[in-house]
Amino acid sequence: MTDTLHLEIVSPERLLKDVEVAMVVVPGTEGDFGALPQHAPMMSTIRPGVIEIYETEASAPEKLFVKSGLAQISDTGLTILAEEMIDLDTVDAAELAANLAKAQEDVNAATDDNVRGLAETELAWMTALSELVS
Amino acid sequence: MASLKDLKNRISSVKSTQKITKAMKMVAASKLRRAQEAAEAARPYAERMESVMAGLGSSAQDTPGSSPLLIGTGKQDVHLVIVATSERGLCGGFNTNIVKGARAHIEKLLAAGKTVKILCIGKKGYAVIRREHKDRIIDLKDLSAVKRLAFADAQPIAQEVLAMFDRGEFDVASLFYAKFQSVLVQVVTNQQLIPAPLAELADGDIAADALGGAAYEYEPDEASILEDLLPRNVATQMYRGLLENAASEQGSRMSAMDSATRNAGEMIDSLTITYNRTRQANITKELIEIISGAEALK
Repeated sequence: MTDTLHLEIVSPERLLKDVEVAMVVVPGTEGDFGALPQHAPMMSTIRPGVIEIYETEASAPEKLFVKSGLAQISDTGLTILAEEMIDLDTVDAAELAANLAKAQEDVNAATDDNVRGLAETELAWMTALSELVS
Repeated sequence: MASLKDLKNRISSVKSTQKITKAMKMVAASKLRRAQEAAEAARPYAERMESVMAGLGSSAQDTPGSSPLLIGTGKQDVHLVIVATSERGLCGGFNTNIVKGARAHIEKLLAAGKTVKILCIGKKGYAVIRREHKDRIIDLKDLSAVKRLAFADAQPIAQEVLAMFDRGEFDVASLFYAKFQSVLVQVVTNQQLIPAPLAELADGDIAADALGGAAYEYEPDEASILEDLLPRNVATQMYRGLLENAASEQGSRMSAMDSATRNAGEMIDSLTITYNRTRQANITKELIEIISGAEALK
């Protein structure tokens, strides 16, 4: 019986985190959920949002912004597969605003559905991020 | 017979070539280490992705209406062959081997009456394939500006491939690259990307192990998760292939440059011997001339 949750965050490039934590709040596609130790096995896709990692129950959460991904809770712990991740503290507001404008432009300029789809995803992501920062 | 001066020039030119190959070997060795690290770091993601896919896929495979990325389009007519090679030469048989493998595969498909489309990643393979299959090449992806391969480099290529698949431009996609085994051994691998080759995965115990036999709760549901995962799996597989390829390229270059350095050393030795012999022969000849001249005056 463990009273900590084993958390692994993996990106295609490397294993980002491999730690024992008290709780993690994950932005699932169908709503945020908190994962505590001994959570029932589940699998959920992730929408753009913030993963909050509580190292101990009392500590302030470490916040990581993810674009998309998959969370899997099994007997061994919580595994998050995520392609892109940003530490919220490092986000530059001005840069973000520029990116947001560019994403909007891309959506408007898109000629075929495919490009537009991609641009819209990008825009949704940027919007979510900027809402969090401001 | 070459004059002394010629020999001297040749020796010095071989020596400077040797210096270059030695430096290239050293550079390749350090790049190889980095490429290997990158390949290793990417492993956890790919493994987890694989296990989740295997778990989800095996159950969805028999369900009608699953994504064509999983079960295919039902046809096998148009094949997309993605050939990943290097951007630079001087890496031994690396590119030749990949192209050879890809070519054999293409020939086989053509003989079976299939339509083949080729997507080249890397200039070196493109240059060779272009000679025979110019009309079949649909695009060349140039990665020469990329110093350190990131997921963001593989993703656009994968997205383009997926977009083509959505438009129904091909039925089956496979990726040719060299899998890194050791500095001396790189295995040309043909990996099927679309439809996802789950049969292999599901065969083993991976599928059972992956989900630990536990009953999972799915959010939203199995099918949507799989739907979300499949395109990402293509990008992951492609990224992994490119990483392996990068490591193989450096490994191949390292051993090629190592043997080039050794050859240059042997050449320098034999040229030095020739040089010394010629010099000695010249001295002897001059001595004979002097002595016989003196004899004649007696």
